[in-house]
Order: sequence, then structure tokens, then C-alpha cells
Amino acid sequence: MPDIKRRTLLAGMAALPAAACTELAETGPAGDIFDAAEGWHRTAHRALASRQALAREYAPDDRSPDVKGNGTVRVESPEYRAAQADGFANWRLQVGGLFDNPLSLSMDDIRALPQRTQITRHDCVEGWSAIAEWTGPQLSALLDAAQLREEANFIVFRCADVLYGRDYYESVDLVDAYHPQTIIAHDLNGSPLPEKNGAPLRMRIERQLGYKHAKYLTGIEAVASFEQIGDGKGGFWEDIGDYQWYAGI
Amino acid sequence: MKRHALITRLWHWINAAALIVLFMSGLNISNAHRHLYWGHYGFDPADAWLHVTRFPAWITIPQRYDLAEARDWHNTSAWVFAAGLLVMWVFSIVSRHFWRDIATRRGDWSPRVWVEAAKAHLPGGGAKHDASYNAVQRIAYGIVLGVFLPMMVFTGLAISPGFEPAAPWMVDLLGGRQSARSLHFIFAWGLCAFFIVHIVMVLLSKPIKQIAGMIAGGTREGSSDA
Repeated sequence: MPDIKRRTLLAGMAALPAAACTELAETGPAGDIFDAAEGWHRTAHRALASRQALAREYAPDDRSPDVKGNGTVRVESPEYRAAQADGFANWRLQVGGLFDNPLSLSMDDIRALPQRTQITRHDCVEGWSAIAEWTGPQLSALLDAAQLREEANFIVFRCADVLYGRDYYESVDLVDAYHPQTIIAHDLNGSPLPEKNGAPLRMRIERQLGYKHAKYLTGIEAVASFEQIGDGKGGFWEDIGDYQWYAGI
Repeated sequence: MKRHALITRLWHWINAAALIVLFMSGLNISNAHRHLYWGHYGFDPADAWLHVTRFPAWITIPQRYDLAEARDWHNTSAWVFAAGLLVMWVFSIVSRHFWRDIATRRGDWSPRVWVEAAKAHLPGGGAKHDASYNAVQRIAYGIVLGVFLPMMVFTGLAISPGFEPAAPWMVDLLGGRQSARSLHFIFAWGLCAFFIVHIVMVLLSKPIKQIAGMIAGGTREGSSDA
């Protein structure tokens, strides 16, 4: 059966670099190199564009017909179901941690802040993209109102959804936290967020991939380090799947 | 004078290793969303211009579906690949390697010349196995070095939301992020085709001497070939 032999040989030749890579990745230094390479990407992105450079904004006609829901698309907890049933009238966003003036905001408080509306593209780590209009206050306004302390280095987003038995969370550094397009969105294309897209509140971190855009937002926490949170890698997918904390590529 | 400069040989093998890792980890990444679109957005398989097959684990890096690790291999090797390509291009222009050996000459773009070059490599065709490339080789290497390899870098950069604010025009030029992603895929398979033809050609034309030449340098006159 020469055909089978040839295929086995081809498979073996292809498997050689792959097997070597698997071996390398699981035995140590490769992980450090990966993290370094990702750090260089972040440094290069921020050096090539300014730290406050905007992600592209589109015209209304450029929007896609829908924004795919991914990850959690339905939150099962009784608290969330009850909150949704009464239109999130009692939903609170806690702004705590390293702030001099911690806040607890209602949906009305959030809608009363100065709003930013932006039509941006949502890029999933899987490869797909959707374009939609998002509205909400800038995160920077909340950080200033709550008086972020000097020792804070990261902003952690707390969420109502649980995936694979773990609370979803995410984090960004202060460059992305203070970016003008980093908003706490409550509206999608002019209507309140649908559940699959994170109702009632979700983050928009426009220069990074979708998994950074935490949905079902319950809290914003300022921390000096995220080492003590979850498994210490700065986010749900970072902890559970070793996804990179910087998701700009 | 060596047939291949030291920097060419170093680049050739480093680039080959980087490309293999990029290609095989890229197949793993492709498995995450196996649909390709044109334009700025695309997420509904109904809008796809191509539904891509699921690549089996044995041909991917790592050898199981793992998007996070595949992205690590891909985004790390991309530095090696892009930096190497930049160094090679600077060297090729400064040393005139490009103008001397790769840039096409008057008459190269003629099918008659291509047929002649092919005939010369048939038994008894009398091809000179010296250092100079024929018209078909100049065109093939020129397109790979000048179009396919750089396009892998540009389309890759255009997919990155963190890079986009630095050069939004690049995404526009490529027709949008999903078009850039489709082109990334198309050029990757173009390079895969080049890789296969390249290896077949080496195997058909004194493979030991060719490979030794790309390692040790070889001789420019090809006198040992006589």
C-alpha cells in the first residue's frame, strides 16, 4: 500500500516541527519568549501610533446587520434574571478599589454622564468582525469622578456572567483605561444592549480583541497589580486558556 | 566568491523555519473561524466567499486545537519573519544582489523565453548550472520576495486592531479587515505552492549540491558542475 506509506511519511514530516514546537512550548522558556514577543507588539503599536490614537470609526451605513454574541450569550443566575425582568432598574455599577471616592452608580446615573457614541469594529480573537454603534460614558470620566489613586496601575472589570464555573473578568492598563474610545456602553445601535451583547453594560476597548470587552458589567476596580485576582493573569481567558493579556494583535 | 552570501544563507534557513511555524500555526488559527469574507466586517458564514476545511491536528502547531498557543507561535514567529525580510531586502539592495541576480531583464517576460528555460533543463538541454538564474527563476524569486512575502506582513498587520490606528490607510488599501484576512490566507497558500515547487526543483537538480550550496555557500562559477 504505497499510498498509505507516502501519507504516513508526509504526516511524519509535517509532524516533526509541530511535535518539536509542542515539546518546546510545554517545557519552559518558550512561554517567556511568547510573553516577550507579545510585549514587543504592544510597545510597537503604542510607539507607531500615539497612545491616544483612535481606532477607526465608521459611517452608519457601514454597520453590519448584527453583532454576533460570543462566549456568554445568556446569564443564568437568578439575580441576573430578576434584574433583567425589571429592566435593570436596580442594576448597580460599583466603582471601587484604589479610589479616594468610590462610587455606586445606577443605570440612570450612567446615562446622565456625558456620553460618547462611536461606530466601531468588533474583532473577535477567532477572526470574525462586526461593525456597530456603541453609546456610553467614557471610562476616564468615572476614574476622575471616583478619584483614582496614584498607586493604581490597572483597571479590573467585574462581570455577572460565569463561564466554565468561573466569574468572567478582564483588565487593562491605564493607557487603555484613559483612551477616549474606552466607554461603558449601554446602547447598541441606539437601543439598550441585547443580552447576548452584554446587557445592561459592557466595556468597549476598541484597540484590542473582543475578549477584553467585558460584558454584564457589575464593577470597576482599580488595583496596583492583578496577581491576586483569579489565577493572576489579568482575565478569564488569560487564566483559563493562556490567552495573552495584551490582545491588540 | 561564494554563490550565496552568508547573509542570504542565514536568512534562507531562518526564514524557512519561521515560515513553517507561521503556516502550521496559521492553520490552527484558521480552525477557530473557518469562513472567509470580503470587506470590513464578516461573521455570518452565510456571507462567506469561502468555507475553509478543518485542518487536521497533525498538520497544525500545536498538534491539537489550541487558539491561544497557536497565536503565541504565530505572533512570535512573525517578528522573526518580518525582521528577517527587512534585513534581507536592505542587504539585497545595498549589495546590489537584487539588481544583479533577481531583477528581471529585458525579454524575461516572454513565454518563449520561459519555454526555452524549461527546455534547457530537460535531459540534454544543456542548461548552465552556474550561479545565474534564468528568466523563470528571476520572475518566481522576484514575485516571492517582492510581493508574496511582504504581503504576508502587510495583511498580517492589517488584521491587528492594535496596529490599525498607526496605519488605517493600509487596511483601506487592502479593502477592509476581513479582506486583509482573506488575502493573508490566499498569499499563505501561494507561498505553500512556491515551497512545494521550490523543493521539487531542488530535488530534480543536484539536490545535495544545491542544499550544500545554501549551507556552505557554493561557488559562483559552478566549475564543479562541469
